Amino acid sequence: MNSILEVHNVVKQYGDYTALNSVSLSVPKGSIYGLLGPNGAGKTSLIRIINQITMPDGGEVILDGEKLAPKHVQYIGYMPEERGLYKTMKVGEQCMYLAQLKGISEADAKKQLKYWFEKFEIESWWNKKIQELSKGMAQKVQFIVTVLHQPKLLILDEPFSGFDPVNANLIKDEIIELNKKGTSVIFSTHRMESVEEMCDHIALIHKSNKLIEGKLIDVKKEHRTNAYEVGILSSNVERLMYDLTQKFQLQQTDFKSLNDELKIEVQLNGSAPNELLHILTQNGQVTHFVEKIPSINDIFIKTVTNK
Amino acid sequence: MSVLPLIIKREFISKVRNKSFIVMTFLGPLLIVAMTALIAYLSKANEGEVKKIAIYDEAGIFKNDFKNSQEIVYVDLSSMPFKTAKDTASNSYEGMIYVPKVADIQELATKTEYISDDSPRMEFLMEIEAVINAKLSKNNLQELGFDSDKIEKAKVKSDVRVSKFSGEEGLKYLNEIKIGIGFLFGYLIMMFIIIYGNMVMRSVIEEKTNRIIEIIISSVKPFQLMMGKIIGTSLAGILQFIVWILLGLGLMFVLTLFGASQADLSTTTAQMQPEQMEMATGLLGKIQLYLNEIPTITLFLFFILYFIGGYFLYSSLYAAIGAAVDSETDSQQFLLPIIMPLMLGVYVGFFTVMNDPHGTVATIFSMIPLTSPIVMLMRIPFGVPWWQIALSIAILFGSFLGIVWFASKIYRVGILMYGKKPTWKELFKWLKY
Repeated sequence: MNSILEVHNVVKQYGDYTALNSVSLSVPKGSIYGLLGPNGAGKTSLIRIINQITMPDGGEVILDGEKLAPKHVQYIGYMPEERGLYKTMKVGEQCMYLAQLKGISEADAKKQLKYWFEKFEIESWWNKKIQELSKGMAQKVQFIVTVLHQPKLLILDEPFSGFDPVNANLIKDEIIELNKKGTSVIFSTHRMESVEEMCDHIALIHKSNKLIEGKLIDVKKEHRTNAYEVGILSSNVERLMYDLTQKFQLQQTDFKSLNDELKIEVQLNGSAPNELLHILTQNGQVTHFVEKIPSINDIFIKTVTNK
Repeated sequence: MSVLPLIIKREFISKVRNKSFIVMTFLGPLLIVAMTALIAYLSKANEGEVKKIAIYDEAGIFKNDFKNSQEIVYVDLSSMPFKTAKDTASNSYEGMIYVPKVADIQELATKTEYISDDSPRMEFLMEIEAVINAKLSKNNLQELGFDSDKIEKAKVKSDVRVSKFSGEEGLKYLNEIKIGIGFLFGYLIMMFIIIYGNMVMRSVIEEKTNRIIEIIISSVKPFQLMMGKIIGTSLAGILQFIVWILLGLGLMFVLTLFGASQADLSTTTAQMQPEQMEMATGLLGKIQLYLNEIPTITLFLFFILYFIGGYFLYSSLYAAIGAAVDSETDSQQFLLPIIMPLMLGVYVGFFTVMNDPHGTVATIFSMIPLTSPIVMLMRIPFGVPWWQIALSIAILFGSFLGIVWFASKIYRVGILMYGKKPTWKELFKWLKY
């Protein structure tokens, strides 16, 4: 089995409103999968179905080769967007309780808890109540609770909202480490640029429909525009511009640079990059030459407006 | 492993550890005893107060008929001029009975006045009227030529013996005692539902405001969570009740010991004691007789059954409300329809059952599941046909399943809804999700 999770034609309706319109997905084992889309696209509805919080009105979900069943809650670690903990319950007891609810034994829960508490150096918090902790401290506990039962699949809904930068980085590192050990991760977010660097697969959801799905790199390749950002220090700008406009379409652009150079975006129109480079080197000193890679946000907007 | 025991355990422990719960458990009975003592003391303190009532009797008929009591002293002001008497009375007396001079003594039946700035108690007015009635009746009898002393002697005070066809002696006032016991049980159920139903609701709201709810229901079914909550809370409640009863009994024991030792001091004569003992054993025997008349075991059995049915029915409604709202203040509009049938059960039950335990209204209310736990318990001491109890319990537990289903639907949807106060219409829409 190559997929940890497969979603087949899942439909979810709330009254007259269709939250998911026959959505299918496939999350490869060991991947970091970005479930992207604006607010209200249906991400949380889908995640709740995967977590068996709500039932789909149609379609099916396959987890690790088996049809989704109550026993699978143990395999999933879920950090919802709306999250919190019992304020008046002690940290240790709370973690034990939540881990046991997931179905692991008291002894295993204790062992895992010890591991994580030592890792985050928070052993002294065991008998503290959540309300005595700072928000940042509570966030660490929140993360531990999510991964305590060693899930095969980690589902994080808007994971970095509400985390301060230090904790966000810490959590990010932990997630990457868990991923390296074999845990598959699903990120759900509307801030598409924020997880671009971590995800290797993405799916774009918009208005209850899946628009795009695939390896991040393939998606980007498919939507590449063959445009290059060029920075050049030229003594003969007129000549340069003349040469360029003969072959390519030009556009003004801007990027950060330490030089006072000419900044242009060049559309290759099927030519090879070397042809552009050749013209450039003849006319001045090239300081910047980069293919313009479309951001997920650009791809999303383009896809939505084209439809 | 089943998660239900885990949830029950957590709910129970978190309730029992709660500071206000601990305080209420131990302070509750003390407060009630203190209140009772305070009320007793205050009413005693009131007793010492003597009211002075002036009498201005122009006719000179009633002067000696108003007898002083512990609370009221009558003072005759008839010798003063009327104006002075009135001023004196208004300044330093509670009120004044004014008997005008009349041609025919019978006119006094309607012409006697009580003048006071305070509105008098009904009992007091009735007392005055009784004196006037007696006097005027006696006067009438004399005028008609009857000897009032003989008439007084001829009066009979009867005491009807109550017995059964089997010949065994019946008990008087049994009905009152039965309704008292039924009322007690019914009231107990109502109190338990309101106190611990609210606790269930608060605990649901807490999980919503803490935002932990979605984490929990990604592990367990909302229905399991709801039932765990209801059972855990009710166990904590039963514990609290047991502590209350034990503490109450202990306190009562201490108080009676204290009271008895005081009584011993006041009645130093030792001869009184055998008599008292006899009275006490007589009373115990009486209580035993009454208890024999009341189906104690049946009543207790059905108390438990109705208690469980009623409590689960209502607290699942409380849980649904807790899930539907964001804060306790928003819950008011949904709570009213829950409190209403409870109140209705207690009061309608009380009045109709007292008048006619097997009347139509009482029978109907003992069938409706929202009121049956209270009304049927009030009826049971009077002997209810088995088929009625069976039907009522069947309806109760049948609708219990229905309402739990209904409540868990609302609960399931509600716990994931944040930030808005739903309307009734929306709640019904949730049932279809």
